[in-house]
Amino acid sequence: MNAHGIVSADTFDCRVAFAEKLIELAEADSRIVAVCNDSVGSSNLNAFRDRFPDRLINVGIAEQNMVGVAAGLANGGFIPFVCAAGPFLSGRATEQVKADIAYSNYGVVLCAMSPGMAYGELGPTHHSIEDLSWMRAIDNLDVLVPADPEQTKAAMDWAVSSGRPIYMRVGRHKVPSVTPADRDVAFTFGKIDVTGDGTDVALVATGTLVSRALEAAKLLEAEGISARVLNVSTIKPLDAETIIKAARETRGLVVAEEGVLEGGLGAAVATTLAENHPAKAKFLGVTSFAPTGSNDFLLEHFGLTVKGIADAARKLVG
Amino acid sequence: MTISVWPDNKPLDVAAIRDLPEAERGEQLKLVAKQVRRLIVQTIDSARAGHIGGDLSVTDGLVTAAFGVLNIAPERADDPARDRLILSKGHCAAALYSVLALRGFFPVADLETFMKPLSALNGHPNRRKVKGVEANTGPLGHGLPIGVGSAVASKLSGKNWQTFVFLGDGELQEGSNWEAAMTAGHRKLDNLVAIVDRNRLQQGARTEDTASLDPLGDKWASFGWEVADIDGNDTAALLKAFTQDRKGKPLAVIANTLKGKGVSFIEDRVEWHHKVPSREQVELALKELA
Ligand SMILES: Cc1ncc(C[n+]2csc(CCOP(=O)(O)OP(=O)(O)O)c2C)c(N)n1
Ligand SMILES: [Mg+2]
Repeated sequence: MNAHGIVSADTFDCRVAFAEKLIELAEADSRIVAVCNDSVGSSNLNAFRDRFPDRLINVGIAEQNMVGVAAGLANGGFIPFVCAAGPFLSGRATEQVKADIAYSNYGVVLCAMSPGMAYGELGPTHHSIEDLSWMRAIDNLDVLVPADPEQTKAAMDWAVSSGRPIYMRVGRHKVPSVTPADRDVAFTFGKIDVTGDGTDVALVATGTLVSRALEAAKLLEAEGISARVLNVSTIKPLDAETIIKAARETRGLVVAEEGVLEGGLGAAVATTLAENHPAKAKFLGVTSFAPTGSNDFLLEHFGLTVKGIADAARKLVG
Repeated sequence: MTISVWPDNKPLDVAAIRDLPEAERGEQLKLVAKQVRRLIVQTIDSARAGHIGGDLSVTDGLVTAAFGVLNIAPERADDPARDRLILSKGHCAAALYSVLALRGFFPVADLETFMKPLSALNGHPNRRKVKGVEANTGPLGHGLPIGVGSAVASKLSGKNWQTFVFLGDGELQEGSNWEAAMTAGHRKLDNLVAIVDRNRLQQGARTEDTASLDPLGDKWASFGWEVADIDGNDTAALLKAFTQDRKGKPLAVIANTLKGKGVSFIEDRVEWHHKVPSREQVELALKELA
């Protein structure tokens, strides 16, 4: 690992780690089942289906039904991992998530595959950029965004042991590993993972933006701007303490997420700052329905890049 | 590569097809369908992405509706009384775009921009960017409720346009379709036609191995719809169904099709839901569609 937290040059699709881990969990615990919406392939569930044909419940293209069925399975003693493309899971079945899972307090893990703008040129209908806002608004629902494969697996362990209602993004956009080698666990629920102790600026990022924030910190340091990077893998409940500490110890925060600015991570950080320690901040996210383009093209389009984060930081401290 | 129309025969006057006698119309529509299939293959080749199986299965229905029956034309794209063609299975945008381009809504050459950066031709249709698109579909199960609203508006406004909605069969697993079907049956919307592209395949498997739909005609009939169960790759049969007596009810056309119709190695194979043909396979496909 280098000093800036990017562990390897290789990049990974978190869905692969997710699929392997789900089989491992299911081997150890017969309560674990998968529920999906004609998404066996896109959720990487082929191996799970072959290993546990009876424990994969594919309801067809029917997301509201899918989430309701998961609640019923939880009621019957099972631990469902609901696996579906993020936009349809979070958008189509919002009320089922609210009433059947969160309000009813069922231990269901809602796994939003290919979130953010991973579906690129399939367009805004297939982009899951509102999910963090929608899901954050629901009481009694934990919202997780693991940043790499190690975090994805560790978050799944936590999900099973906690028995909580959980919404979790599972990334498709390839990311490098950002989990420091010295961590006992790659993911600690409710805790922000901080890299560096820079005092000029705090780069607060989640999911796909974490490795970009780490790169930006490196760029800034070369220019004499010292940055710390906050990897927020639990969006809700937010680790307010670490955010407030960063606000106290730096001159400002840049918050970056692959999602809309209304109600997502940025909004959570802004509320925390406003109530506890008002600070200068710049929020980066997806600011409109995207034009046609690949995931990388769109990240570039919305300035969700190393350069975009570094530029925002320079402006903030300049 | 340049996407071309009518590479090997004389251009048809596509705007005039609607006025031909029925027997002749069916024949002309067959030719148009072949050209649309060629455009689809070339469009997907140029993007190196797309949903070729469903594009090729729904082609005959779309062509028959757009060129043979519906009163739609580029110069009337904003006419409040135009007929409405809604592609609910929005992943088959390449088929819709090919039909609209051939009908003159935008230049055929634009098909080359399909899914490319900043193109109006997104992977799913966008009515704010493409003339002739009525609804921004893509999430399955949205087209029929919109179609019901359009059919009600047609009656309320007294303008009496027709609304045709193209649905996937897997798509029918979405409950919203049946809510809309109930409304349409209840309101006797005889100006509404739902065409089910019954190719018996969805994304990952056969419909009947996932969440079975049969007996599908009975389902629609029990919701108060008139039902036509036909060969959905036969333009003459489609034409007949689209113009049949509705008996004061909405009409469901169960269009029995082959997913990938027209290209032998793509037909009826689940993996071709959104697989992209290699360059060699594109050449082969175009040869089969010559
Ligand atoms: C709400 C929603 N869930 C899932 C998907 C992903 N998806 C796209 S196409 C498809 C299969 C559609 O099957 P069918 O309706 O039979 O279409 P066709 O066979 O004509 O391609 C699925 C599951 C989606 N687009 N929308
Ligand atoms: Mg189908």
